[in-house]
Amino acid sequence: MKNKFSLFVVVIFLSFCFVIFYKGLNTSNNYIPKVNEKKNIPTFKAKDFDSDNYINSDKIFEENIFYIVNIWASWCVPCRTEHPLLMQLSKNESIKLIGLNYRDNFNNAKNFIDDFGNPYSRILIDKDGTLGVEFGAYGVPETFLIDKNKDIIKKFVGPINQEIVNEIRLIIK
Amino acid sequence: MKILKILIILFLITSFSELKSDEVNDILKNKILKNIRCLICQGQSVYDSESEFASSIKLIVDRKINEGLKEKQIYQFLREKYGDWVIFDPQLNKNTYVLWLLPLLLFLFGGAIIYKKIISNKK
Repeated sequence: MKNKFSLFVVVIFLSFCFVIFYKGLNTSNNYIPKVNEKKNIPTFKAKDFDSDNYINSDKIFEENIFYIVNIWASWCVPCRTEHPLLMQLSKNESIKLIGLNYRDNFNNAKNFIDDFGNPYSRILIDKDGTLGVEFGAYGVPETFLIDKNKDIIKKFVGPINQEIVNEIRLIIK
Repeated sequence: MKILKILIILFLITSFSELKSDEVNDILKNKILKNIRCLICQGQSVYDSESEFASSIKLIVDRKINEGLKEKQIYQFLREKYGDWVIFDPQLNKNTYVLWLLPLLLFLFGGAIIYKKIISNKK
């Protein structure tokens, strides 16, 4: 009886381990913790891509509309795949796109915009990546949706796709 | 000559204290960086990582220390941005209480089993 019980415990334990490891094989290695998403936009001062002047965050987000902050770089391959979708979104008048040019070379970034089009109403320079940290970003590309109360209501890590664009359109409707 | 001597001594004292405060800041910075998880490298601290994310965090921590923020305030800042996961040493809160209490409960449970065995052996 005791032996049977021990065998039962061992089988249950091994099955448990098998399920855990099997599930582990199918899940992504990159764990992105759930952070309290709805938070106010950070206050910062950043260099404007076009004018080279420093500008305060309250001046950037002064209109009573939705904003998208998109972190991009010319060296980032996934940024190229999401770029047409950003161009699509930029046609929507109830939203403004702010680009955060992350750890990039100015000329390369300029060529990127010239080649693929400019979906952004303003581009900010984040030379050392610290502005991205203020937003809670992991890297490029990353997209934040900001509502009229100036709260970050959504964060999309990685390139956006048509599904995300539809989701954004639904929210800003 | 006397004034010159005093000036030299004063210069040495100020440069030494500056060096000392830099050293203290470096120690604090390294301590903080070793306790921050590199979120894109998995299993590595920001201190050990050379990734872009880690180098941005290193700059931010350096900046915050120079702004006069305390260790706990810097952790709080990063927690607000990235959640509790970014800190290796988790705080006791409603999300982590199981993590903190489970070892204690297991210890008590094990202790109770050993105690019961000893009592039954004595009988």
